[in-house]
Amino acid sequence: MVPKTISSHINVAETEAKRKACVEAFRWMLLARISEEKYASLYRGGKIFGGVFIGKGQEAVSASLGVSLRKGDVFAPLIRDQAARLAFGEPLIDATRTYLGSRLGPMRGRDGNVHRGRPRDGILPMISHLGAMIPAVGGVLFARKLKGETGSVGATCIGEGGTSTGAFHEGMNFAAVEKLPFVMIVANNQYAYSTPTSKQYACKDLVDKAAGYGIPGYAVDGTRLEACLDVIGHAVELARNGGGPQLIVASILRLAGHGEHDDAHYIDPKLKQSSLGQDCLKLAENFLLEQTWADSSDIESWQKEAAQLVEESVATAQREPAPDPGEEDWCPLATRHLSEGYNSEEE
Amino acid sequence: MSITYLEAIREAQAKALADDPRVYIYGQDVGAFGGAFKATKNLAKEFPGRVLDAPISEDAIIGSAIGAAIEGMRPIIEMQYADFSTAGFNQIVNHAATLHWRTQIPCPITIRLPSGGTAGSGPFHSQSMEALYATYPGLIVMTPATVEDAYSMLLEAVAIDDPVIFCEHKYLYYHLKAESLPTEAMPTGKARIARAGRDVTIVTYSAMVHEALAMAEELATEDIDVEVVDLRSIKPLDTDTVLASVARTGRLLAVGEAWPWGGVTAEVVSRVATEGFALLDAPPMRLNAKESPVPFHPNLWGTHRPTARSIAIAVRQLLSY
Repeated sequence: MVPKTISSHINVAETEAKRKACVEAFRWMLLARISEEKYASLYRGGKIFGGVFIGKGQEAVSASLGVSLRKGDVFAPLIRDQAARLAFGEPLIDATRTYLGSRLGPMRGRDGNVHRGRPRDGILPMISHLGAMIPAVGGVLFARKLKGETGSVGATCIGEGGTSTGAFHEGMNFAAVEKLPFVMIVANNQYAYSTPTSKQYACKDLVDKAAGYGIPGYAVDGTRLEACLDVIGHAVELARNGGGPQLIVASILRLAGHGEHDDAHYIDPKLKQSSLGQDCLKLAENFLLEQTWADSSDIESWQKEAAQLVEESVATAQREPAPDPGEEDWCPLATRHLSEGYNSEEE
Repeated sequence: MSITYLEAIREAQAKALADDPRVYIYGQDVGAFGGAFKATKNLAKEFPGRVLDAPISEDAIIGSAIGAAIEGMRPIIEMQYADFSTAGFNQIVNHAATLHWRTQIPCPITIRLPSGGTAGSGPFHSQSMEALYATYPGLIVMTPATVEDAYSMLLEAVAIDDPVIFCEHKYLYYHLKAESLPTEAMPTGKARIARAGRDVTIVTYSAMVHEALAMAEELATEDIDVEVVDLRSIKPLDTDTVLASVARTGRLLAVGEAWPWGGVTAEVVSRVATEGFALLDAPPMRLNAKESPVPFHPNLWGTHRPTARSIAIAVRQLLSY
């Protein structure tokens, strides 16, 4: 029997760990929300090349994944994963530079907005074709398995719309067959661009798909940070400890357009009024206050700090040079001498 | 002792696995079974844990190779038939081909495509897909025509830091034999004069090299001297060797087993017309497969693709200009 004093000590430690994770995730959510609101405002001001795609309403899910991953893990974010990117270690300036077209950004003007990444740091840059990143993350884990390396996990996110692709199925099945330490987050935000869930899937709940792959599946209320942290944190640990792939389906509502060009007029007002339509950031703030894990002055200072980081990154990126077509080498190959001469002939 | 084109592919893979621990083979039925064509025969046994069966998931097979390449591996992927690579097309052309340009991280994947027609194979087991892949920047496309090239180019493909589409011709698998494996090789990007001649230049690649050579021997009896250029890789395409040959003969016939719209023969004619117009004594010609899906029945198939006979007719037409 565990002596009472030790037991209560463990509870205190657990509570403290939960408080820390919750505060950390909340602060990433704040930074994600404030940075994306800034990009949206720059978009409206015509300062952004291409589109802006924000994760408003998905930050609790996203941040929970980000804080559950560690250095050495591999993560392929999708378009609404600003919070997870930041929590996983992507510098804020990467997003700002990529949106503003700085040539100092990780994609150097060759790719934009949410298509950024740092493969050497475990952040795979998404291609636009939904589901394609699933086998790529699986491939990193497969390679580690072949090398006999254990202890790391891979994760990626997708919307409910992306679960309808063949790539989703192939990637999930591959991960399951190879028992890879892979975590799949499905953010069911009720709309794939304008298409409602009734035209996307016919199963009762997307989490039912897990059974078809022979892997554990979890449904979670994606508006609740504390629930997301519990469920996603648990799944990541299971995967890390040899439990194979994990599927998490988080129910949320997209609180923005598909991109900032989209007024999302098609979203059912009843959904907006439902519990799904609640703002996860506000709910997380209330939760922190209720738990007395933060007070309003903490939250105010975190908001200020996040806003300042965002302003600094925008000011930095705005001073930086744009890509110069004359300096671009236009070479698609690593093996330069095997390049065709088309581009050099044009000069 | 002789070695077939198919055995050369198997031997190259065995050497790649032996030489570099980062190499592994992944594809459908490639493990203990040894592959649909036995191109990986016994390799699973010789290299335990490195020759692995995949589910029937071309997208996941290629996608996983991209992830593994990011992780420092050098996967060799077998598509069971070139035709099935369309099911993995997105990962090849949008993901593998763009990775280095977008991120500066190399993507060293070799994708083996058992390509081209054989009698009785029909619309979905016969395709020549090289031009489709060659149009995408970021891919290298090899089309070996000889046992020696099948061996040395596959080894080079594995060593190259970019995704390589390795189009190996199924018709050559068993038909083509060499005395031994080569000890030295021409570098990728260099075309080869398969037969020197003075009257007309045939530019071709893969199995059509052998149709062209057979035709050349036939026409030699009529005192028509044909030069045959084997492109070896269609991307990069060795324009210099093609132009030098056309400079010698003044006449160009580009031959390919793929369909006529666009493609390798169109590219060759375009390059010669724009860069070597003054070298030409006659309008350049092209000969391709017919504009229809590849037919099943041998009678139809034998007419669908260019043959020594149809190439000879085209050569006579070109010489009569």
